[in-house]
Amino acid sequence: MSKKLNRYYEKGIRYLLAFTAGTSIMILFLIFFFLFREGAGVFSYVNPIDFILGKEWSPVSEPPVFGALPLIAGSLVVTFGAGIIAIPVGIGIAVFLAEMAPRSVREVSKAIIELLAGVPSVVYGFIGLTVMAPMIKDLFNLPSALSAFTASIVLAVMALPTVVSISEDALNAVPRDFREASLALGATKWETTLRVVLPSARSGLIAASMLGLGRAIGETMAVLMVAGNATLIPHSIFDPVRTITADIAAEMGETVQGGLHYQALFGLGMVLFTITFIINLITDLVFAKTSSIKRGASL
Amino acid sequence: MISRRVKERIGFGSLAFCTILAIIPLIGIIGFLVWKGAPALTWEFLTQPPRKFLTEGGIFPAIVGTLGLTLGTIVVALPLGIGTAIYLVEYSKKSLFTTMVRIAIVNLAGVPSVVYGLFGMGLFVLTLNLGRSLVAGALTLGFLTLPVIISTAEEALLAVPDDYRNASLALGATRWQTIRRVILPAAFPSILTGTILGIGRAAGETAPIMFTAAAIYIPSLPRTVFDQVMALPYHLYAVATQIPNVPEHKAFGSAIVLVAIVSGLNLIAVIIRTKMRLKNMR
Repeated sequence: MSKKLNRYYEKGIRYLLAFTAGTSIMILFLIFFFLFREGAGVFSYVNPIDFILGKEWSPVSEPPVFGALPLIAGSLVVTFGAGIIAIPVGIGIAVFLAEMAPRSVREVSKAIIELLAGVPSVVYGFIGLTVMAPMIKDLFNLPSALSAFTASIVLAVMALPTVVSISEDALNAVPRDFREASLALGATKWETTLRVVLPSARSGLIAASMLGLGRAIGETMAVLMVAGNATLIPHSIFDPVRTITADIAAEMGETVQGGLHYQALFGLGMVLFTITFIINLITDLVFAKTSSIKRGASL
Repeated sequence: MISRRVKERIGFGSLAFCTILAIIPLIGIIGFLVWKGAPALTWEFLTQPPRKFLTEGGIFPAIVGTLGLTLGTIVVALPLGIGTAIYLVEYSKKSLFTTMVRIAIVNLAGVPSVVYGLFGMGLFVLTLNLGRSLVAGALTLGFLTLPVIISTAEEALLAVPDDYRNASLALGATRWQTIRRVILPAAFPSILTGTILGIGRAAGETAPIMFTAAAIYIPSLPRTVFDQVMALPYHLYAVATQIPNVPEHKAFGSAIVLVAIVSGLNLIAVIIRTKMRLKNMR
């Protein structure tokens, strides 16, 4: 190849790669565009405020009623429940692995946690349905096995690997000097962990929690299978609920393309997209330190 | 007052307990799956199509469908992912464009899988008129996996020492020659690990293929990429909740096969990574 041709070749490749990089922006834009294009029609039937705050979701009644509050409440309840369990336990495990576990235990545990992260959500749903739900029902003497409570526990198990691995990264990022200085002053290892290491890793730990919550709120199959699927606003954690994600998955098959119900489900998609977008934004604000690379890889 | 040493014991002890508590479920789950599903795992179950609306026969078409979707996902996501990572690491200086790309990647990683399903249905199935098909499902899963692949490829490229780049450029190689002959080979094992992990995730996804590719009952194998397919995750969902009269052990058997495929992929990735770590330590 002549030198000139070579230079064009190099330039061509550069542009090709830049174009490739641009596809991510394009995909995000397209997701936004299609949710809006397919879903906007429902807002001429109900206004957006009533859509979000309406207390009744009866898409097949005559006339249909689209009030997404029961679904939004369902999503928030199970996500909150999962967070209460997964965040402290996950951070606890991360501290154990980063601060006290011997190397061999750490490596094995990390591999197991990674495998745990790889189990598909439909399998968690299946296990939840066939194993955990009956157990939870007996254990707590509940009227029905499938409830927000059961879903929270299944979701917590699913969110745990995310919380653990990002928390551990945050703990490992705390400089060794901090620990050594504290130990040299006579603090025990536990005191050092509690008063020095954890506060230093705070922003990373918050981010780990937020990403865990983000994972839980977007989860579909497991909650569809174990949350009980009642489109009612829950009064207690032991009521059956249906989440936004589960509703889309459950009802999309029955809809007519372009029909009101179809549009309403894309409307739900917009609500969900917005919620996860906000979670992402909050994470960004507290998480500026840790790179975007880690975050992409974690999800 | 409890002494500080005792406090330390109690603190660390309870954390160790937490860890054991988290690891038990995995062992329990796998044990239970195997115990319940093992009777279903016959040669016939793995190699025969289902009969009588899933109540008899095997899951062969679902296995083929999942492998097909997985392969399609790789075809879509790998070139886009690696290309993007190369551009971000090797070419771009910090610019408005790369900042936008990074913001897009982070946000894409947070989009719930069911929303990818809606998007795939709107774009591929309806607008591009691909119908519910293998190709529509693979494109949807490919886009879903893209952020993971970009992130891991980026990490892999960043880990290649700058000396390699400088040495190659000093010898008169162009940027692209350097990337192709020096950097990519050095980063390849790490990229492979990340890709397999991402693909493993995609292989187990259900929500994105529900509206774009999967069908509950198709005893024949797909002939072209424009055919609808059965897929293991959706199959498991269907036999667990939608179809009555499916023998329980068949559902558990399907779950085992799905977990085996996904965990097998993950295990390969973990092994490659561990080998690399050991090699680097030497």
